[in-house]
Amino acid sequence: MEKCDALIIGGSAGSLDVLLKVLPGLDYTLSFPIIIVVHRKHGADSLLPELLSGKTGLIVKEIDEKEPILAGTIYVAPSDYHTLIEKDKSFSLDYSEKINYSRPAIDATFQTAAEVYQDKLVCLLLSGSNSDGVNGLISAKAWGGITAIQDPATAQVSYMPQQASIHAKIDYTLRIEDMAEFINLLS
Amino acid sequence: MSQELCVITDEQIEVLLADLLENYGYDFTGYSKASIKRRILRLYSLDKQVSFAEFRYKINNDNFYFKRFVEQITVNVTEMFRDPGFFKTLRDVVLPNLGTYPFIRIWLAGCSTGEEAYSISIILKELNLLHKSLIYATDLNPVVLEKAAQSMFAMSQMKQYSENYILSGGTKDFSSYYTANYSLAKFSDELKSKIIFSTHNLVSDHSFNEFQLILCRNVLIYFDRDLQHKVLGLFDESLEGLGYLALGSKETLDFSPLSKNYKRIPAEKIWRKIS
Repeated sequence: MEKCDALIIGGSAGSLDVLLKVLPGLDYTLSFPIIIVVHRKHGADSLLPELLSGKTGLIVKEIDEKEPILAGTIYVAPSDYHTLIEKDKSFSLDYSEKINYSRPAIDATFQTAAEVYQDKLVCLLLSGSNSDGVNGLISAKAWGGITAIQDPATAQVSYMPQQASIHAKIDYTLRIEDMAEFINLLS
Repeated sequence: MSQELCVITDEQIEVLLADLLENYGYDFTGYSKASIKRRILRLYSLDKQVSFAEFRYKINNDNFYFKRFVEQITVNVTEMFRDPGFFKTLRDVVLPNLGTYPFIRIWLAGCSTGEEAYSISIILKELNLLHKSLIYATDLNPVVLEKAAQSMFAMSQMKQYSENYILSGGTKDFSSYYTANYSLAKFSDELKSKIIFSTHNLVSDHSFNEFQLILCRNVLIYFDRDLQHKVLGLFDESLEGLGYLALGSKETLDFSPLSKNYKRIPAEKIWRKIS
């Protein structure tokens, strides 16, 4: 497998449980950043990074605007902003229109990252009830990146990974119990 | 929106931004690249443009399309009483403090379609301060200011705005501030009477007054660090001693050398100028 410079995980309904199961299995010495974009209600801020932080020894933090993206850190997209990736590998936040009724939109992060990281990008789309992320996976593929989805059969809500498997070329379909190893091997 | 491979290159974006500066005096070169590129690609696909050359020609030669371009590449999403906790602090701490002044001058920079200006006006009225206040609501984009001056917002938003208003400490019947007119809610003239809507470009225009409160929320996120420094300097220049500066929930003064002259109100993105 090509060297990975960034892993972005997108998810919606049913994805939090997956993250809570996968994070404890991750090596503490990952050579790339993990960026997590999940839909959630606006207002319940800072709870998610805290929750995830309890499951891993890696640094987990909510993204600040203009923050440089560093290896070995898990970044969580803030609610009610889109998270974009800049050419210089830093984050920009954007409060533009919702996409697929979602802000943050997984598509916005996947698409801007696709161009920056190209064949060094891995995108993983988890359980969810809308099709956000699907266009982003198509972009990631077009720029040479690696695409992965949660096996729809293991997803609490299978619609999102299923839509991805119909519309985008998917390299890996992963069961929850295989995800941590998959991620560790990207290092 | 599908953008599998980008139809406009980074170099072409630079060309467009240089055109805008040269032909119209609008300087977007200090904007965050990822965001502005997304906005331009979005418009390109929304308007079903077929070639970059044609797109560029239209922007440079069709004044009507140029206006559309500026309106569409800047983000004009806003709501009334967004982040109710912030407006509660304005109501409970900041504005009562400023209430001791004989006259209150407020600058709302990047006001877009005016939702926040009317929100502030409502709080000032409830605190019995509106009569001695003036809100300068500015934006670089004249099209959104025209809309703001109409004081009409979509009726469909009122349920959400009313909830925000109550969460921000409002106790009146929110619907008493507007009259319903089919799909639109028209806010009372009294609320508008103390708002001056005017164009001002944070990138190229200078300080135009001294204020006790400057609000600029979710504008700096679109600027690169250099431009952020420059604009924070402009705000500092325009803020009286002991005045307040309010930023968006993900924006901060922390990285700026100015921060040593400011004291933050805990838990809010509001700073008070202490020297």
